[in-house]
Amino acid sequence: MNYRQYLTRPLLEENPITVQVLGLCSALAVSRSLRPALIMAASVFCVLVFSNLAVSLLRGVLPRSIRLILEVTIIASAVIVVDETLKAYAPDISQVLSVFVGLIITNCIVLGRAEAFAMRHGPLESVADAVGNGAAYAGILLLVAAIREILGSGTLLEVPILPTTASGGWYPPNEMMLYAPSAFFIIGLLIWGIAAWRRNPSHSPHSELETQPAHLKYQETAG
Amino acid sequence: MSELANIVLRAMFLENLALVFLLGMCTYIAVSKRVATAIGLGIAVIVVQLITVPVNNLIYQFVLAPGALAWAGLGTLDLSYLKFVTFIGVIAALVQMLEVAMERFTPVLHQTMGIYLPLLTVNCAILGASLLMVQRSYDFTGSLAYGVGTGLGWALAVVLFAAIRERLRYSDVPVGLQGLGIAFIVTGLLAFGFAGLTGIEF
Repeated sequence: MNYRQYLTRPLLEENPITVQVLGLCSALAVSRSLRPALIMAASVFCVLVFSNLAVSLLRGVLPRSIRLILEVTIIASAVIVVDETLKAYAPDISQVLSVFVGLIITNCIVLGRAEAFAMRHGPLESVADAVGNGAAYAGILLLVAAIREILGSGTLLEVPILPTTASGGWYPPNEMMLYAPSAFFIIGLLIWGIAAWRRNPSHSPHSELETQPAHLKYQETAG
Repeated sequence: MSELANIVLRAMFLENLALVFLLGMCTYIAVSKRVATAIGLGIAVIVVQLITVPVNNLIYQFVLAPGALAWAGLGTLDLSYLKFVTFIGVIAALVQMLEVAMERFTPVLHQTMGIYLPLLTVNCAILGASLLMVQRSYDFTGSLAYGVGTGLGWALAVVLFAAIRERLRYSDVPVGLQGLGIAFIVTGLLAFGFAGLTGIEF
């Protein structure tokens, strides 16, 4: 595996959200509109890169028996820094995200990458892996948020895209998109799309994997 | 008393952690293939919430909140930024202690729900409940009620979902949607049911 693979594999083939079902809580909960989602994605990205780098540098000295609690502490420290920074420079966004910034600590992607990757690889590879996974998480989160904001309120980053009937346009906003259930529907459909893409052998070099039904594969990695 | 009942019912239905706040989804999806396991996990969540939320409440009130250290002559200190690392530490330690205690005193119960306990350390619903408790500034009894309510609500959601999922095995789902995809769609529909309760005053 070279660095490019560390960066690109998580994007579709091993996408942490849709294939490995990790880090869902925040992906679903802050996806109502694009701006908070953007900040959330950036926060997770920073925490992920920092924790992967720190765990990878410390992997020789972390005692194996208590490594989990130490990893969580490293992650929590990074989250505190991010949270305080947001409170200082973007207080209104910090209000919208409320507890969800704190919940990055329990985001399974961050702990999952620290445990599964950074504990066994050097700092450079770990940063590459963190960048890849962070980008993959950001991609899905921003996609869901963009769909929900456009369909739910006709705007994108508060800029009107579809003129709503309330402001004299033609688009009656789909209010369902503003409620939590719509996030599930969108992720469900995205998973369908990615599963269909993976099943098509011409899109993947790992043809022997493709003979196995996709749902059997992710059941093993779920959690 | 009706105040406390209100907190419990609110946390269970109107603000259900799993289906309205979308917390604890990783565990929710991963451990809902059978009703029996879902019930075990649900009980574990109730027990852990019942302990961690009030304990974190006490720690926050008497150590971390702005000015909380006045009893030690340090009234100007604001340690609330340490709540993340403290809460997760408390949760991890309590879960570990609970596991050890259960193994010693109730080995049968430990066999059925012991495997789910370590999972709960990294369940966002557990940490989320503690953080929401701080945000809403509940007092001690309030936090006790909130712990029970969120635990019951999460357990209810995961057991309902597992029951539907068991039935789904006999339905004809499109190939790409099987497994995970349909699980999300079903959760969405279930969440709709709970969203329907919005606006009801207990």
